[in-house]
Amino acid sequence: MNGRALIERIVGVGVLVVALLAPVLFSTYWVSALLTQMLLLGIVAASLIFLSAYGGMVSLAQVAIYGIAGFVLGNVVTNGNTKGLNLGWDPWLGVLLAIVIATSVGLLFGALASRSFGIYFLMITLTFGVIANLFFGQVTDFSGFGGISGIGAPGLIGNVDAHPDRLYYVALGVSLVVLVLLHYIVRTPFGLSLQGVRDDPVRMSSLGYNVTVHRMLAFGFAAFVASLGGVLFVWWNGHIDPASIDLSAMIDVLVIAVIGGLYRVEAAWLGAFVFVIINNYSQRISFVGPRFHTLIGVIFLVIVLVSPTGLIGLWERLLDLLGSGRRRNPTDRITEIPAASTDA
Amino acid sequence: MSARATSIRYLGLGLMAILVAFMVAWVLFIARGTTFGSAVHDPKDFLITLLNGLTAAGLYFVVASGFTLIFGLMRVVNMAHGAFFLLGGYIALKLQRHWVGQGSAFGLTSAQVNLRNWIIPAIIASLLVGLVGLTMQQVFLRWNQGQELRQALITIAIAIILADQMLAHFGGVAEDIAWPGKLDTFWNLRVAGVQYTTTRLFILAIAIAVGLGLWVWLKKTRTGMVIRAGVDDRQMVSALGINIQLTFAIAFFVGSALAGLGGVIGGSFASLAPGVDSNWLLNSLVVVIIGGMGSLAGAAVGALLLGITTNFAAAYLPSDYTYYSIIFTFVLLAIVLAVRPLGLFGRPA
Repeated sequence: MNGRALIERIVGVGVLVVALLAPVLFSTYWVSALLTQMLLLGIVAASLIFLSAYGGMVSLAQVAIYGIAGFVLGNVVTNGNTKGLNLGWDPWLGVLLAIVIATSVGLLFGALASRSFGIYFLMITLTFGVIANLFFGQVTDFSGFGGISGIGAPGLIGNVDAHPDRLYYVALGVSLVVLVLLHYIVRTPFGLSLQGVRDDPVRMSSLGYNVTVHRMLAFGFAAFVASLGGVLFVWWNGHIDPASIDLSAMIDVLVIAVIGGLYRVEAAWLGAFVFVIINNYSQRISFVGPRFHTLIGVIFLVIVLVSPTGLIGLWERLLDLLGSGRRRNPTDRITEIPAASTDA
Repeated sequence: MSARATSIRYLGLGLMAILVAFMVAWVLFIARGTTFGSAVHDPKDFLITLLNGLTAAGLYFVVASGFTLIFGLMRVVNMAHGAFFLLGGYIALKLQRHWVGQGSAFGLTSAQVNLRNWIIPAIIASLLVGLVGLTMQQVFLRWNQGQELRQALITIAIAIILADQMLAHFGGVAEDIAWPGKLDTFWNLRVAGVQYTTTRLFILAIAIAVGLGLWVWLKKTRTGMVIRAGVDDRQMVSALGINIQLTFAIAFFVGSALAGLGGVIGGSFASLAPGVDSNWLLNSLVVVIIGGMGSLAGAAVGALLLGITTNFAAAYLPSDYTYYSIIFTFVLLAIVLAVRPLGLFGRPA
């Protein structure tokens, strides 16, 4: 193990210890409002970063998938008193249905978009996302403009307002599982050939790999991850409406992924942390006030222009400066983003 | 492709053909439980729906042609196109109010506005939005040429900032630009007793004028020739000693100005409010994805398909299910992408 990996491992363990002790270390407000939101946004952003880093696909449909999971859960578990189907079924059955339906829709989206590359892929997934948003806005059978309220979490988690720590630990556990799962899947034969498809679809195709199916399955897997985030979001928020998945929500998740860094899945939670903190505290800055989106837009613009590898890229460059280990040419990483957009 | 994959493909195509044939038959002959009934039963409302589709397609085309012009030449996906649309609308609205007066609490009525009070704000707004687009291109995009994803991210950042600033300056209440009084009438088409709104025909006329103008510009002038050459091979054009940067700037100006013009028309036809920008970004994206990125003819065909599909879906779904019409936009997109991933007129880069 070289110096770099050692430092990263120490930092990782440190972050994990702080995260486990968070309910003791931080105020209830921090845990219930900020850290839980950070974890669930991180999960959604991680699904985007996985697709981008290992599949070469920058998708804007992740928020739509997360929303579909959330709306399914809302329709299934509520009974009476709100919009939607109000089926009143078992909460765990709701979770299962939410994940299955959202993943299936993800596979359908993937099947339609996976023959397109680069910037086309971005645009096609964007239209899917906006259509999902309009669908839930218009179809009053499932939601309508006002959305679904009063969606409770299962008994194990209980009332989120009374026991914020429980949902926090569930979100932390799911985040860790997602992180491990993503690191595992990229080492499987499927993950390796997916990276081959990312780098050179034509060559992989001539070697006999089915490029379209690889990309579609990767998209379906990312949809599964995003649906976990959607379920947590609904438990956390108790409410979901079309505005939760509108264009600005889609862009927020993209902003999180880009601020973190589009090539390492850990960056998702880093980006989500920064985003949530800015979102929460920017209103106290006098010249920003309610103009949070202008501020986040400017930060996003600066990151894209100055450090396309995001905060995690800055961190790696810092390690390169400090470390005695092999110095990585920073341009290696910078060229990785445009490489993902190469048309095939 | 293996024989099995080929047969699955033909099966899919066959199913799609049946689906499309059923939809056409539904509108023409069946249409049970709908407001109007089938086309054979009620030709008047069928004709009105068709005209609504055509005129909506006109507006889609004006906006999307700017988008596709920019993409075709520079391979920049301008995610701020929807924000430019809204900005154009707001500028024209403020100019018109400044010129004619504030009007009542609901804004101006068409009786207070003459043709000049609409056209001059429309031209100024288009030019200003063109300048905004040109500035964005020169300041942020020019030095990132060739990095498609990064350029798209930059335009997304600009779109976020513009949308938030417009919310701050123009508020969240929906407002609309007043049509000139002369146009705010009905036109007797003398077919099946249809009285049709003149403003919608005016939109169609503008769209045809824009389409013809762009066609003449691209086919018959020197700048147009350079643009078409640039779409095919930028390096070669530049190596021949032509100032391709100037051509890029012109195309970006014109493309953004078309978004602004679309915003003025859209703001008169419907209204201006936060969120309208994302709807119009969606419309432009759908039109160019269907038609093929960078193709003017593709934008026209895409706009027609989208306009016809959305209007017929809204009018000819059974009354209880009208709000499912958004599904048909997705179905249209899915059918086209399944058959041609690059769009109907799209070519590989």
